[in-house]
Amino acid sequence: MSKVRVLVGTRKGAFVLTSDGKREKWDVGALQLGGWEIYHVKGSPADPNRIYASQSSGWFGQVIQRSDDGGKTWTPPGGGPTKTPDGMPQGESNKFVYEGEVGKHLWYDGTQHPWEFKRVWHLEPSLTDPDTVYAGVEDAALFRSADGGRTWKELPALRGAKGNLWQPGAGGMGLHTILLDKSNPNRIYVAISAAGVFRTDDAGKTWRPVTRGLKSAYELPDKSFEVGHCVHRIAMHPSRPNVLFMQKHWDVNRSDDGGENWHEVSGNLPSDFGFPIDVHAHEPNTVYVVPIKSDSEHYPPDAKLRVYRSRTGGDEWEALSKGLPQSDCYVNVLRDAMAVDTLDKCGIYFGTTGGQVYASNDAGDNWKPIVRDLPPVLSVEVQTLP
Amino acid sequence: MIRVELPFHLRTLARVEREVTVDVAGPVTLGAVLDAVEERYPVLRGTIREHVTQKRRPFLRFYACEEDFSNVSPDTPLPGEVVSGKEPLSIIGAIAGG
Repeated sequence: MSKVRVLVGTRKGAFVLTSDGKREKWDVGALQLGGWEIYHVKGSPADPNRIYASQSSGWFGQVIQRSDDGGKTWTPPGGGPTKTPDGMPQGESNKFVYEGEVGKHLWYDGTQHPWEFKRVWHLEPSLTDPDTVYAGVEDAALFRSADGGRTWKELPALRGAKGNLWQPGAGGMGLHTILLDKSNPNRIYVAISAAGVFRTDDAGKTWRPVTRGLKSAYELPDKSFEVGHCVHRIAMHPSRPNVLFMQKHWDVNRSDDGGENWHEVSGNLPSDFGFPIDVHAHEPNTVYVVPIKSDSEHYPPDAKLRVYRSRTGGDEWEALSKGLPQSDCYVNVLRDAMAVDTLDKCGIYFGTTGGQVYASNDAGDNWKPIVRDLPPVLSVEVQTLP
Repeated sequence: MIRVELPFHLRTLARVEREVTVDVAGPVTLGAVLDAVEERYPVLRGTIREHVTQKRRPFLRFYACEEDFSNVSPDTPLPGEVVSGKEPLSIIGAIAGG
């Protein structure tokens, strides 16, 4: 029988939640990497026991952790030519250094400000090679490791895509989404807070913004601006890689041509502000969002936690609330904190800033908490195991 | 043998106890001791001092014999008690979290 492993990153450590294919009874594993902020945990599609985690701290900076046993044990993969006499790995796996001239981006006061590495927001393992993994970092840039996380090298051409005009938002200038195209290994999409969506068709040698059609009236009165759109998250279905869905700072958008053109599909959502967006594993036109009241009020409208589902690829949305709190709920769901499994009845999962992880084993019709009292949840990923 | 006291999170990261010991060939300066700690426990590279710039991370402090060595040059010699092993160099996470 299939199994499901939910990888949860929180403000104070990581958790691995497991269940069988019914997804009714869950085992909440012990706290791992305790006391550190775990921005993201994600497994390799090519080797599910290979899992990468971004571990950081305001005091001690960035560390990359790796598990080769499905999240039971973790080791900084290290790097360098040798190990210490004790067998400790060398310490290059937390070294993220921008390539060449560091360069500058736009600062809050309109001046230019040098890029400064802060943390890894998102790890995206290769679809085919367990040793290859991409890292989206703050200040926004894309790094790649081809040796299992031991060493990291920037793909610097991304910052050449008008990076001098990128300006951080209140949450920092993080590269938070990396989408790999199963049908075209040379095509990668990335999304950056307050900068936009960028695409490469040559495996990272060149990049360009793909934001035509996005409307950000408050931030960018000039509609011709290619960068500066505050994209919160983008998602694709692997069978239809040219169709992208986006939760932007305000409004939900869709592109049918690989990001070349976007149009709004917010439709009847009670609020078109939010963070995560994801696509059903077997229905490429079924999309999920979690509306949040506003950019100034990061909690659900009417204090009711509702996931909204569109079975029409946007515009027409239905509220999914069975099993979710429908009063006095003031949590948020962050951009990396929603994921789907690939079982027959698609499972949907999300974590909240209140420490709950909710799961639906029937595509969103009914929800139950797997666990209620974790630290604030930063990320949720799911592995469907044979 | 130089004694170095590490903060909790660096102990768990390096999988060591509260205090580690390192050997320093040559003058026992702040920089030489930190170099030796990173050499012995490479996983700590970048967690005490920034990569490339080698600047102290903002919320860490260095103390020895009740003296603050946080803002001194890496070439600054450490006190004789540290050199002799009587006292440790303490690396402390600043009490700053809001």
